[in-house]
Amino acid sequence: MNKVMSNKKVIAMYIAPALFLVLALIYVPIVQTGYFGLMKWNGIGDMEFIGLKNYSHLINDPLFWKSALHSFLLAVFSALSLIGYLFISIILAGKIRGANLLRKIYLIPMLLASVAIAQLWLKIYHPTNGILNTVLISLGVDNPPAWLAESNLALYAIIVPIIWQYAGFYILIYYAALKNIPESLIEAARIDGATPLQIALKIKLPLIMNVIKVTIVLAVVGSLKYFDLIYVMTDGGPNGSSEVMASYMYHKAFKGFDFGYGSAIGFFLLVICLVVTFIISKLTKTKNDTY
Amino acid sequence: MLKKTHTFFLVLVLLLIAALTGCNGSDKASNESGSQKTIKFMHLWPAGSSKQQSLIVSDIIKQFEAENKDVKIELEVLENEQYKNKIKVLSSSNELPDVGFTWAAGYMTPFVEGNLYADLDDVLNEGLKDSFVSGTTEAYALDGKTYGLPLELNIAPIYYNKEIFEKYNLEVPKTYSEFQTIVKTLSDKGIAPIALGNKDRWTGSLWYMYMADRIGGSDVLNKAIDRTGSFEDPALVSAADEIQKLVNENAFNKGFNGLSNDEGKSEFLNGKAAMYLMGTWELPNFTTNEELPKEFRDNVGFFKFPTVEGGKGDIDSWVGGPGVGLFVSENSKVKAESKEFVKFFVEKWGEQAVEKAGVIPATKVDTAKIELPQLYIDVLNELSKASNLTLFADVQMSASVAETHLNLIQSLFGNEVKPNDFAKKHEEALKAEERK
Repeated sequence: MNKVMSNKKVIAMYIAPALFLVLALIYVPIVQTGYFGLMKWNGIGDMEFIGLKNYSHLINDPLFWKSALHSFLLAVFSALSLIGYLFISIILAGKIRGANLLRKIYLIPMLLASVAIAQLWLKIYHPTNGILNTVLISLGVDNPPAWLAESNLALYAIIVPIIWQYAGFYILIYYAALKNIPESLIEAARIDGATPLQIALKIKLPLIMNVIKVTIVLAVVGSLKYFDLIYVMTDGGPNGSSEVMASYMYHKAFKGFDFGYGSAIGFFLLVICLVVTFIISKLTKTKNDTY
Repeated sequence: MLKKTHTFFLVLVLLLIAALTGCNGSDKASNESGSQKTIKFMHLWPAGSSKQQSLIVSDIIKQFEAENKDVKIELEVLENEQYKNKIKVLSSSNELPDVGFTWAAGYMTPFVEGNLYADLDDVLNEGLKDSFVSGTTEAYALDGKTYGLPLELNIAPIYYNKEIFEKYNLEVPKTYSEFQTIVKTLSDKGIAPIALGNKDRWTGSLWYMYMADRIGGSDVLNKAIDRTGSFEDPALVSAADEIQKLVNENAFNKGFNGLSNDEGKSEFLNGKAAMYLMGTWELPNFTTNEELPKEFRDNVGFFKFPTVEGGKGDIDSWVGGPGVGLFVSENSKVKAESKEFVKFFVEKWGEQAVEKAGVIPATKVDTAKIELPQLYIDVLNELSKASNLTLFADVQMSASVAETHLNLIQSLFGNEVKPNDFAKKHEEALKAEERK
């Protein structure tokens, strides 16, 4: 078997199909998107080459930067939420009663489809019949806000379910990483007189640092290109107050029939994600990093 | 042994590739054999979600095939959104079906400019023109030529809940000040006067359009859009102003800017809101839809948008427009037959649509001949009296201006833009489009 696995031809043969698919379905479209970004194209008729006009328009488009700001806000909140998840995971991974059950409870939102989550939260936020406002009214709040309809609240109102949606995912990752720490290390620390807090901060955290880094990248990049809940719940509204980069791209391309500009936004979004990933990996760099 | 596995694997990959690429070629040969001609026809009424429409279509196709033995109709049916997407893809590779559905004005323009739709004036001039309600085929015309034959016609009345009106001794308003009294009475009693779901934005646009029509007359908005006038016309600014006054009088249900049309509508269907401005496509819900309680359906009436004192508008002027229409592909190999089919389709559809599917066709309907719920008959009678039909603003505009318009409507209703700026931003967007 070893002999076969080190035969270069065989390796190439096994890798080829997957490589071909990835190239054809991911990298070729990326290049194409970049190319369409140089065109004036309504998606139907002929394309017209206009050079970098779409990109220069993009740089000067206040609506795009507004949506970019919203995406970054979402990224910041998602990254901050990781601290909470880490905390919960540390508690769950400690020997508390019912940890198993709690873990399942946290995981369930992740099993729901995005659209189902969106519908659920639409009901919660409903201005008159929603659970949230019903509770607020019964607590004596006179005129509770109409969450998704208020331009200064809509974005924050929608960030909550997005963060909630991924809770189970990150908790599961942290939990698994924490469970991988050899019991003997913790035992040794305890014998040396370390407090539970010290064990968590000085032993467990450093040991799962690599995992934490990966989750930060996942959370930030995932937020930057986030689309689904926003599309279903507010469609970027009211008047663009919850628009993010991906939904702006969608609106420009598919509602405004400006596929050239839409492609430019899409390509720019990719560049932003790459840059951010690079920055994060630089910032958190330690020895023996491999990714 | 190992060698064998690899050979097997290779063969498998090759087979897979062959299977993936091989699917294409097979279906071409069969069509062109003999004298049989095939018309490819795509529509967007699947039997699942639009059962009645779908039945009528297959009935029409059967009749057409029976009368034209040498023609066969090949059918493809998709849901609305998928349909739009597929048409977009097919058009970019020049493979549109011979006959298909299209929408008017702004949607249609790029297809016409790309020479994808055949001009249908010859079909209309064969006597078909007179059977259309006036104003409907015009929406499908560009530079004097008609590229689509409308199937549906919708106008937007204000539906109201008779029970609520009776309870508070309210009468159907004829003038805008009477209307405002109703709004005030209802909102004082804690009832939402008007159901609105403005997340979809075109819903609010209807209100604005009527306001503009009643204040400035039926062509002020049209002129602003086709650039023979300006959007900064005083009438259009004061219409925006009136809308904000309505909002500030709490005329609409709470949080309307975050609710979809369906959510807004449910306020009306639940009897929580008293009025609802919407197209006549909602009529089945108020007449034949068994899923809604009969007491509610019997309680729904409608009235025309009231006239504004001192305004130029006329109460018989409607906001509305044709819905979907039929196009024939310019590059079709069976263009003559396709045009024949389209003509046949429009005629037959007009005879059956309203009675069987509750869809008001764009062709004139003889109410004496068919049996219909009273609400339908009233609407059809109003339609025959109509003095003007203004096409939905977002349909009139090009896609990107329509987006600007819709967003501005949402901000207008949300009190985030002043009436003056509302008009100014429209004007800017329309001008920018003109320059292109």
